[in-house]
Amino acid sequence: MRRGIAATALVASLALAATACGGGSEDKAAAGGPVTITWWDTSDATNEAPTYKKLIEKFEAANKDIKVKYQNVPFAEAEQKYKTAAQAGNAPDVLRADVGWTAGLAENQYLAPLDGTPAVKEIGSFNQGLVEGAKVNGKLYGVPQVTDALALLYNKEVFAKAGVQPPKTWAELSTAAKTIKQKTGVDGIYLNPDSYFALPFLYGEGGMMVDTDKKKITVNDPAGQKAVQTVVDMIKSGAAVKPDFTDGYNNMQAAFKDGKVAMVINGPWSTADDLTGKAFKNKDNLGVAPVPSGTSGKAGTPTGGHNLVVYNGADAPHKEAAQKFVAFMTSAASQEFAATETGVLPTRDDAYTVKVVADPIRAAFKNVLADSTARPAVAGVSDMFTEWTKQYIEILKGNATVEKGLDTTAQKWKTSINSLKEYSVE
Amino acid sequence: MKTATADPATAVRPARAGLLTRMKRSYDRHWYAWAMVLPVVLVIGVLIAYPLGRGVYLSFTDANELNVAKQLGATEIPATYQFVGFDNYWRVLSGADGEFYPKLLWTVVWTVSCVFFHYTIGLGLALLLNRKVRGRSLYRVLLILPWAVPAFVATYIWRMMYNSESGIFNAVLGQLGMGPVDWLGDTFMQKVAVIGVNVWLGVPFMMVAVLGGLQSISSEQYEAAEMDGASPWQRFRHVTLPGLRPVSATVILLGTIWTFNMFPIIYLMLGEANALHSEILVTYAYRLAFGSVRDYAGAATYGILILSMLLVFAVFYRRMLNRQEVAR
Repeated sequence: MRRGIAATALVASLALAATACGGGSEDKAAAGGPVTITWWDTSDATNEAPTYKKLIEKFEAANKDIKVKYQNVPFAEAEQKYKTAAQAGNAPDVLRADVGWTAGLAENQYLAPLDGTPAVKEIGSFNQGLVEGAKVNGKLYGVPQVTDALALLYNKEVFAKAGVQPPKTWAELSTAAKTIKQKTGVDGIYLNPDSYFALPFLYGEGGMMVDTDKKKITVNDPAGQKAVQTVVDMIKSGAAVKPDFTDGYNNMQAAFKDGKVAMVINGPWSTADDLTGKAFKNKDNLGVAPVPSGTSGKAGTPTGGHNLVVYNGADAPHKEAAQKFVAFMTSAASQEFAATETGVLPTRDDAYTVKVVADPIRAAFKNVLADSTARPAVAGVSDMFTEWTKQYIEILKGNATVEKGLDTTAQKWKTSINSLKEYSVE
Repeated sequence: MKTATADPATAVRPARAGLLTRMKRSYDRHWYAWAMVLPVVLVIGVLIAYPLGRGVYLSFTDANELNVAKQLGATEIPATYQFVGFDNYWRVLSGADGEFYPKLLWTVVWTVSCVFFHYTIGLGLALLLNRKVRGRSLYRVLLILPWAVPAFVATYIWRMMYNSESGIFNAVLGQLGMGPVDWLGDTFMQKVAVIGVNVWLGVPFMMVAVLGGLQSISSEQYEAAEMDGASPWQRFRHVTLPGLRPVSATVILLGTIWTFNMFPIIYLMLGEANALHSEILVTYAYRLAFGSVRDYAGAATYGILILSMLLVFAVFYRRMLNRQEVAR
């Protein structure tokens, strides 16, 4: 009897330990029943999510045997969350991944290749530059869903008051900013202290982050230094506002929306937010122009956007359902719908219908996109921006010289980014 | 020449039972104790011992995101990381990774200044509250409020107040005719800012603990001191402070450990890119494990080093106090 109690206690505690470990398994679809796939959407939960939910309803109506579980995951934490889930084997079947994440996730074998699946049947109608950007070692790992590029957004009313035209070069922009400040009291430009937003300066000098052909890190070459020096000079001379280094992006948006600053450099995703501000009650007041060019005489802007990717760990029925879902979400009709509802830019040429380009903001961004440059095709490019931003902020604060900050960036890339280990540093 | 059996020391004692027999006897007598302790042992084993052991193991490998084992649905990808001995520790402690010593120095400065302000301000407030003043319980409730606010909520609120353009501090400075301060941008000011938040959060705990200590000092000691003509300062030095010693020792030790590992304030207040010079060791270790490039081995190494430093500190601190106690 005594031993019996001891044994019971033992069993009970073992059971406790077992349940503690056993959680978190995915429900697998019973044979014959509808397959439920999960989609992690990283779009804006207030402006964009309702549109995608409507599209899901349409998809479910057309595919009775597939159910879609929608989950909105904040963009800032989605990549890390997905990595954790994917490693443990319970990632969502479909993820809306930033174009910069795709290669890194594929390198970790988290993504299923999509060549020859229903997801890519119409891949020929897509912008081929974007499709190339979703490939790793020749295999396609994502289907482009939306695209974007940085442009110069400006307040037309302030421009008219100061009597200036949208600037064509950074030098012109500095002059225009000072004129605006003099004549209207409004600040010239707010530059977000994030390295992604430094790319137009870099491209404008003919520079690039890395040279994949020569296997060389080039961010710290003379072109790169000149680019960052331009930013430093603009802030020093007062043409650009001294940014906030913790809430730079939010402060930039707030200042622009309130009409406290005349220009910003930002992407199409921000225009819906801009239009809620008091400076843009009249929608026509928001001007969109290509980013100015640097001393090389050329202007350059990075191609951004999002791909839909499918989880490698899903079983065959889930994968198939996910591929069908991806095909539907990236179809011309769905892209047109999303574009007209939310203002995002389609990734396929046949989705730029009359209705889509009728909107002046979107039409202007379409022109900007035509000249955009894809990010380097190396895994871990989002990690490169993380390291670069740290040094970029140091430079803008004046804690490091342009040269030293960029050299440190190059060194950090070489030591901490796997795919850049064999690259040479200038 | 003596033989083993003739040794008086062993001859006197009856032969000891074997290990197994002793364990069996002990089990027969104390089986219920074992049964009751077992769940706790299992839970601690699962929640603490296993992760700790695993962390120690990982710190001797080169594990990162690319080479750890993965379970992708039906496909299983085996681990390919290797045992590298003390490489990680060598890289960190020799200063080769360039991050450890600057961050350790700042962590120590952060901990010492936070605990100093926690304790002195907490002691001051406790002394005030220990007197008979009108509305004393109201003050107590108000002063304890910061403690009830979760650290991450407090951090976000302070972050808004520190904002260089729309924050309340700069608005007030502007009203006073002073220029704005770049609270979270400037490397020195951001350190002041995070210490300020942590002090605000931690003072109530110290205050309550010290207040408890004050109330346990018997009023007779004060009366006796007063009779002997001791000034208020003398009473404070020779009655209050010694009376508080046991409480103070414990809360300062606790406060040091908590502050050393205080994660949310610096992590959430400054973000990643802006915290290059203000990151403490734990936030840095977290970034290694879950930041841009997932370096599990590196994070484990930092974790073990942090734990070791705190253990050493706690042991020495305790010893020092005991020695003082004996000396008195």
